Amino acid sequence: MKFSLSWLKEYLDTEASLEEISIKLTAIGLEIEDIEDRAKAMEGFVVGHVVAAEKHPDADKLQCLVVDTGTEKLNVVCGAPNAKKGMKGVFAPVGSYIPGLDVVLKKGNIRGKDSFGMMCSEKELLLSDSHEGVIELPEEAPIGVAAAKILGLDDPIIEINLTPNRGDCAGIYGVARDLAAAGLGTLKPLKEEVVKGIFENPVSISLSNKDACPHFIGRYIKGVKNEPSPQWLQDRLRSIGQNPISTLVDITNYFTIAFNRPLHVFDADKLSGNIDVRFARSGEKLAALDDQEYDLSDGMIAICDDSGVIGLGGIIGGTSTAVDENTKNVYLECAYFDPTTIAKTGQKLKIESDARYRFERGIDPAFSDKGAEMATAMILDLCGGTASENFVAGKAPDITHTISYKPEIFEKISGYVIEELRQKEILESLGFELSGWDIKTPSWRHDLDGTPDIVEELLRIDGYDNIPATPFLRAPDQALVVKDLLQQRVIDTRRLLATRGLSETITYSFMESDKSDLFGVNDNGYKESLTLVNPISADFAVMRPSLLPNLIDAVGRNIDRGYPDISLFEVGGVYKTPEHDGQLTVAAGLRSGNFEARHWSQEARAADVMDVKADVVAILKTCGLNTDSLQISTDAPHWYHPGRSGVIRLGKTVIAYFGEIHPSILSTLKRDENYLGFEVFLDHLPKSKKKSTTKPLLKPSLFQPLSRDFAFLVNIDVEAEKLARAIKGVDKNLITEVEIFDVYTGKGVDDGKKSVALAVTLQPVKKTMTDEEITTLSTKIIESVEKKTGGVLRG
Amino acid sequence: MSNLDTLKKELVDTVKAANDISALEEVRVTALGKKGKVTGMMKTLGSLGPEERKEMGQALNKLKSEISAEIDSRASILKEQALNARLKDEKIDVTLSPRPEMSGTIHPITKTVEEISAIFAEMGFAVAEGPEIEDEFHNFTALNFPEEHPARQMHDTFYLPDVEGKTGDEAKRLLRTHTSTVQVHVMQNQKPPLRVIVPGRVYRDDYDMTHTPMFHQIEGLLVDKEINMGHLKGCLVEFCKRFFEVDELPTRFRPSFFPFTEPSAEMDIGCSRAGGEFKIGAGEGWMEILGCGMVHPNVLKNCGIDPNEYQGFAFGLGVERVAMLKYGIPDLRTFFESDIRWLKHYGFGPMEDV
Repeated sequence: MKFSLSWLKEYLDTEASLEEISIKLTAIGLEIEDIEDRAKAMEGFVVGHVVAAEKHPDADKLQCLVVDTGTEKLNVVCGAPNAKKGMKGVFAPVGSYIPGLDVVLKKGNIRGKDSFGMMCSEKELLLSDSHEGVIELPEEAPIGVAAAKILGLDDPIIEINLTPNRGDCAGIYGVARDLAAAGLGTLKPLKEEVVKGIFENPVSISLSNKDACPHFIGRYIKGVKNEPSPQWLQDRLRSIGQNPISTLVDITNYFTIAFNRPLHVFDADKLSGNIDVRFARSGEKLAALDDQEYDLSDGMIAICDDSGVIGLGGIIGGTSTAVDENTKNVYLECAYFDPTTIAKTGQKLKIESDARYRFERGIDPAFSDKGAEMATAMILDLCGGTASENFVAGKAPDITHTISYKPEIFEKISGYVIEELRQKEILESLGFELSGWDIKTPSWRHDLDGTPDIVEELLRIDGYDNIPATPFLRAPDQALVVKDLLQQRVIDTRRLLATRGLSETITYSFMESDKSDLFGVNDNGYKESLTLVNPISADFAVMRPSLLPNLIDAVGRNIDRGYPDISLFEVGGVYKTPEHDGQLTVAAGLRSGNFEARHWSQEARAADVMDVKADVVAILKTCGLNTDSLQISTDAPHWYHPGRSGVIRLGKTVIAYFGEIHPSILSTLKRDENYLGFEVFLDHLPKSKKKSTTKPLLKPSLFQPLSRDFAFLVNIDVEAEKLARAIKGVDKNLITEVEIFDVYTGKGVDDGKKSVALAVTLQPVKKTMTDEEITTLSTKIIESVEKKTGGVLRG
Repeated sequence: MSNLDTLKKELVDTVKAANDISALEEVRVTALGKKGKVTGMMKTLGSLGPEERKEMGQALNKLKSEISAEIDSRASILKEQALNARLKDEKIDVTLSPRPEMSGTIHPITKTVEEISAIFAEMGFAVAEGPEIEDEFHNFTALNFPEEHPARQMHDTFYLPDVEGKTGDEAKRLLRTHTSTVQVHVMQNQKPPLRVIVPGRVYRDDYDMTHTPMFHQIEGLLVDKEINMGHLKGCLVEFCKRFFEVDELPTRFRPSFFPFTEPSAEMDIGCSRAGGEFKIGAGEGWMEILGCGMVHPNVLKNCGIDPNEYQGFAFGLGVERVAMLKYGIPDLRTFFESDIRWLKHYGFGPMEDV
């Protein structure tokens, strides 16, 4: 909502400065968005009179002027060809800031001649690009007055950020009313104008849907001239960025902006028959004033005559009955439309108009009569003609209601006291009618329903600054807040992964449709219900089924920037179904390039599956799981390499995937590098079983542990973990650790076989072991491995 | 006796001549070993008379300990020489880089959320979370957004296909436009008094220099019996001072509008833009920081709480916005670009405290 200071002052009698007004506007909830104060930028610039002009003795193109500034006569060296004796221009004294040159003016000496200021061009004042010469002001401009005033720039433009509840301030008069209530002046009453109709209104109005349009005043004015509007009206509209069109149209726009009273004018000679206001029928169309054609449907308010739809009530008019420069007779519409109906229609047809903006927020229904009279008077005044009698269909709805209020509730909500008398005074100044503490809301306010609204009205006028800042602490009987298990696991996981060299990133929750297919978005048939109806672009179309695709893009972009060794992770939602429980919290990571960098002490080593497996195991451990005997299988989903990936389950529940990303997916995504990824489903992890904070008692053995190495030949597809389990199973008390330290295929090992070497740690508890006992155990180990895996001890 | 003196001299000379530990060990064996010279002479003591034996025995013992001391002292000299020689050889270039260690970073959003959560945790607010795919009931209706009201449209909502088999606002599926949805879940599922904050992702159909279609909010909700706007102000002023780590932080509350609070306010903090440098604290300007207000009675009612018995306050702030202000991050869109240079530069070490 934009208006100029002088326009505001047409309705508000005030001595307040622009600064006071702008501070107050923000304080009462009409937040200042911007103030364009061109006069301030031109402070000190005055009308200067050139009383003498001589050629500079040492420069062909310069003149030495004597400028009368109203207070003194100053020498000014000037290069403008149009500067001459007797002219009046914009004089900038020493010390002023010239916006077009971005300099602060200093006393100068140009080729031996002192210069105490300058005469300005339009470009130097950023008024236009014109730099042909200095500005020439009219002869009658009084010497020494502010140049901004003469240039018509002394009217600051105020823009407020109107919250959607304050439709009443979508007109300048409403803003003035609020400022007056806040003590910043007096609201000027509007002129009581009644234009007597001197002939019968030839066009009648019928209202077929009184919920959508309960009130419609029509007036026929004949014999008008629709020429360009007078300068003052054009200036008003231009000051807030509107283009003047013709007197009739400008008058409707003026009433919209000034009084929040949108109007419409039809060229009465283009009307056929009478006007009916009804809901549109599907199939009807309207060629509208914005040069678009709209398909109408039921629920939209159609203004119709015998020819069909001629306007979309409260939103936009039609071209078939538009006024133009030849309009002789005009039909004025001043109606009330239901806000919800207007909002629905506006949204459906995507029409943004000044009328829609106001009707959907709600205008003052009680102002229609007066508004129609004032508009008629203005038309007669500016366009001539004579007015018919009013045709009034329906009546203005009463949107006021009475709130039973108790003044002591103010303190309960606000935390401080306003005396009852002052409360009453504030409410009355805002237009409330009080009968005791039964408060009737003003007809222009659609946003007041109950006691809290009354409290807010009192607060905003009294000032939010008066609310005390009451010290606020944890309630005395409240226990310290702790995070729940998942929250704590998310935090721990993030920190863990960062210590493991992965950097946290956050990517969008939606992604490209084709990519989401690659990562199983439709594996359970939910793709359609996870696809946005109105995506902002194709890149953000489908809710992500996995964190990996966005991470692959992210890592890929970094590689393309020249950073080949990248490890990123994200902890966030994936969306398996659109239901509330369909969102899972997943920690996913992706590594590419070297895991260990090239260094004088070591060779570079590329990241591999075991690195991401280690990431997964570390997360599980951090989340309190026993990772000694994880249930690992090789049936990872289709976006992983089938032979280089694993799944970790607890019972039937999948808790993690890890492995290489499938090469065909990478080739579809046009990536050449190797990518290792993992996904851990944090909300699938079991609750910690620990019931107490006590740890089990440590019973360190008195005896040294000993280690024995074994190497077995097994078939190549036997999983190493199987051997380790076979060994551990021999004596779970004595064998505390089995570590695979070598896996070998190649020379010395038959095709189809591999050699697996394991270090077995024995921890005697009761006594040291004899050689004999060790030999017996070794034999058992060898037998067990042979039995369970077919492995043979390598000789 | 001169015999012994000669032997002593001879042995001492040999000790002194030994140039390394192994040579010295040989000397020890030659002199004091089982078959050594001194030992050999000891063995002859038995053949001497008592007097002579006593005298000779003492002299030999003395010689033995003298030679032993000579050897020890020579040994320590040789050991020191050997150590010095070793130390001279053992040298590494300490200016070389140590083995590389991998270090990742924590995203500024995460850090900011953790910081905010920690401050509010001390004031008794627990963290609550909720689903991002929502319906119009939770996102709008329950929060007192009138149907078709411009306030709904201002949210630029992303919609998903309607829920089959449902009608009305529970059928309209959408991505939540604010974390206020979780207010509804919390109030429906827990009994007051309530103190929660809700961090999370929210979505709006807007993408330009200062908007991304996804961003983060933190919502706060308190429902209790004796809570007024003074508490709201006290709570948020304290929060801002602690979060921005500025003691003298001017704050300003001004009226605003949110359908789910009444009265509603926006909070500004003081800032200065002097010399083109943005600084939080006392200055000539104001910076909008959050929206807040007293929970609208309709919202309490919609969630099954008696507004005659309970009232409360709610607030919401944009996480990216406060992170940008606090850490001097210039561009919103970079938060989601995953540029490793940005992540390393604006990110935080995993061990950094909140």
